[in-house]
Amino acid sequence: MHAVDNLKEAERLMTVCNSCRYCEGLCAVFPAMELRRDFGDGDLNYLANLCHGCGACYVDCQFSPPHEFNVNVPQTLAKVRADSYRSYAWPKAFQPMFDRNGTAIAAVTAISIAAFILGFALWHDPAVLASNSGQFYRLMPHNAMAGLFGAITLYALLAIIMGFRAFWKDIGASSVSAGSGLTLWQATKDAAGLRYLDGGGVGCYNKDEKPTDNRRLFHHLTFYGFMLCFAATTTGTIYHYMFDWPAPYGWTELPKLFGIPGGIGLVIGPAGLMHAKLKRHPDMLDPARFGMDTAFLAMMFMTGLTGLALMLVRETAAMGITLAIHLGVVFALFATMPYGKFVHGFYRFGALALYAAERRADRPAKTIRKT
Amino acid sequence: MISHMRSIVARFVDLLKPLSTFYQENTVGDCCIRLCAIVYIDFQQTGTTREMCVQVPPKEVDVLVIGGGNAALCAAITARRGGATVLVVEAAPKFYRGGNTRHTRNMRCAHDTATDHLTGPYGEDEFWNDLHRVTEGHTDEDLARYMIAQSKDILPWIAQQGVRFQPSLGGTLSLGRTNSFFLGGGRAMLNALYLTAERLGVQVIYEAPAVSVEIDNGAFRSATLRSNGTDYTVRAKSLVAAAGGYEANIDWLKQGWGERADNFLIRGTPYNRGDVLKMLLDNGVLPIGDPTQCHAVAIDARAPKFDGGIITRLDCVVFGIVVNRDAERFYDEGEDFWPRRYAIWGRLVAAQPGQIAYIVFDAKSLKMFMPSLFPPVEANSLAELAAKLELPAEAFLKTLTEFNDAVRPGTFDHTELDDCRTEGLALQKSHWARRIDEAPFYAYPVRPGITFTYLGTRVDRDARMQMANGGKAENMFAAGEIMAGNVLGRGYAAGIGMTIGSVFGRIAGERAAQNARG
Repeated sequence: MHAVDNLKEAERLMTVCNSCRYCEGLCAVFPAMELRRDFGDGDLNYLANLCHGCGACYVDCQFSPPHEFNVNVPQTLAKVRADSYRSYAWPKAFQPMFDRNGTAIAAVTAISIAAFILGFALWHDPAVLASNSGQFYRLMPHNAMAGLFGAITLYALLAIIMGFRAFWKDIGASSVSAGSGLTLWQATKDAAGLRYLDGGGVGCYNKDEKPTDNRRLFHHLTFYGFMLCFAATTTGTIYHYMFDWPAPYGWTELPKLFGIPGGIGLVIGPAGLMHAKLKRHPDMLDPARFGMDTAFLAMMFMTGLTGLALMLVRETAAMGITLAIHLGVVFALFATMPYGKFVHGFYRFGALALYAAERRADRPAKTIRKT
Repeated sequence: MISHMRSIVARFVDLLKPLSTFYQENTVGDCCIRLCAIVYIDFQQTGTTREMCVQVPPKEVDVLVIGGGNAALCAAITARRGGATVLVVEAAPKFYRGGNTRHTRNMRCAHDTATDHLTGPYGEDEFWNDLHRVTEGHTDEDLARYMIAQSKDILPWIAQQGVRFQPSLGGTLSLGRTNSFFLGGGRAMLNALYLTAERLGVQVIYEAPAVSVEIDNGAFRSATLRSNGTDYTVRAKSLVAAAGGYEANIDWLKQGWGERADNFLIRGTPYNRGDVLKMLLDNGVLPIGDPTQCHAVAIDARAPKFDGGIITRLDCVVFGIVVNRDAERFYDEGEDFWPRRYAIWGRLVAAQPGQIAYIVFDAKSLKMFMPSLFPPVEANSLAELAAKLELPAEAFLKTLTEFNDAVRPGTFDHTELDDCRTEGLALQKSHWARRIDEAPFYAYPVRPGITFTYLGTRVDRDARMQMANGGKAENMFAAGEIMAGNVLGRGYAAGIGMTIGSVFGRIAGERAAQNARG
């Protein structure tokens, strides 16, 4: 369906929901909706990114399919949300990355892995790939590694910031000072605990009308796993440059203490989320975005898995090729970060901040209406 | 947040517990496989499909519950907890299960103190006074007071069955003290009750209407269910009839309303046909309640014939005027506050030609009431509005002009009985009368929307059916709308249908189980 149609359907649903309001206690979306009487594109993009997809409003709704009113809020907001990622992406030339996102990310990843393998082989004797020295930096000097990944990280950060600015403007966040310290703190708490992925308190709904909390659990494993891995890399870099203490690090050093549980989280979390996705009631899924969701989970999973594998095989002949694969995956992860599901976290956080601000101000944000 | 983290840790510990003993005699690899298996099984169990597999009813149960709404589930859960085997048969498919319960949002229970979700106490006497007022005395005082006393225990009890509450919804502040709102609404409440019932081992069969009953001189023997085109006879030691009223049965409605009933819209599902009620009355159960009456409100005429639910209601009568097909007003739109008057407008519209009317208002009122499903018909002039509504233009403009001319100056305040009124009209508007003169002009077409019917089975404090020949039924109990007429012979008070369902459902389930188990 075209993005315009998705917005139109979302507007229809918000009109239905606003005349019912039975779901207002379930999450943030419905109280935010109640502050409004009509819904511009910016409002709908805000509500769509505020929605965590817990599914409670679908199983609780007396008008969900097969009812003729066909009220399917989780699916419709998922579509609008994914459309919004595309529309905010910077630079515009890369927006089509979202059209066949799974393929695009897979292609970038494959090229990236191939480039690392080729790079190692060309840089050194191809035999170096099979050496069992356990020394990463013989394959790629530390400065080169840090430089390359520093650059791609900065680029990803820049692109994400630019996208976020577009989102922030679209949802009218400044009109209620959504960037204030208190609202950001509230949003941080709500995001860190996934407050609204709990089906209104009993756990989110996935397969049917019986609540479970699995998705929140696996999301926590994924998110905190990612953060731990990030912390592991950061501490490693600090050790290297500030203390002149290069890798490898012992089992009790911080990079390992962060990296191992982080890697395990990154393996179990995405696997669990993927499993949940396959079990999810088809009514609540956006089939067109299956590739995007899957690619994101696969990238997280691969990052964790190859990282752990690297640790296990570093003393063996498989180290070279494993390092190339791991670096390839991580490079692709950062390169595609602004052009995939990864951005959901930033927009959701922004939406939570606006929600906190609207609650404080007791009025809706002013969005620019296209007439 | 902390409690949330705690629950996650607890969940992990639960998952890992079986591993600790396993670990001592197995390798790490085995443990990983085992952990994966546990996680996988955990997944599988989150969606049991028992109710989808078991569609063949047993030949005999202790307690047969016919119906699938709040009253039926409260009865089933209580009977099962009382040790009985219980079968629930619901005529509707799973999605439409629960009759009118799926459209409810709160229940009215007496309580002595404010709670997390209720803003203040609501005593038994106040409850009784409210009930007496709305029914205009058409209630059995003994039964009603007993129900009110029992309602005090219902809130904690029903919360134990998994039903969750929240403070009153936006736009319903007037009910914040008296009524407990279900988190997620009536369908969420039903989902919770079904989940509890199934966990307890209550068997539920959908799309299995009872097509006949065998009743032998006030003693229930069996019921025949039709499921997938096959008839099954189920014998039961006790019957709980909780199958609602007949508001979706147009032919039956015609007995009280004539051919006009063809133009009625039904607010609930098409499955509220009253077949069980009819079978019971045909088998000598004593009726109660006015068979010619039903609860009717004016809802958007563009709503579907069935199951439009809450979102087709319109709360704007007091802000404008209401005209019929001939463009004539027919009742004082500003007689009293809307919550006290909305329930008469269904009957008022039913009395108009074609059973249709139009609420007409202007730009200044558009945002003063809760939005509803369909946008109003909009026009830049009154003449254009008449054309769009296909009303006689001349008569329409005459009615509007006369009304506008009769409006006296006043201070508009929709939160009180203000002094904005008309003078000199044969039919005045007593409050909130403002000139309809600010374009754009708007109108909603409305028809009678039937919520529920009053005719039911007479019961006593044990929810036991009474027989027309003067005796008591041996093993037949009733709960919910099918017996609501005992305490609610007329009118309505928000949330009272659910109170009747839960209180008498619980009583009926308890007595039915006692009866079945000797």
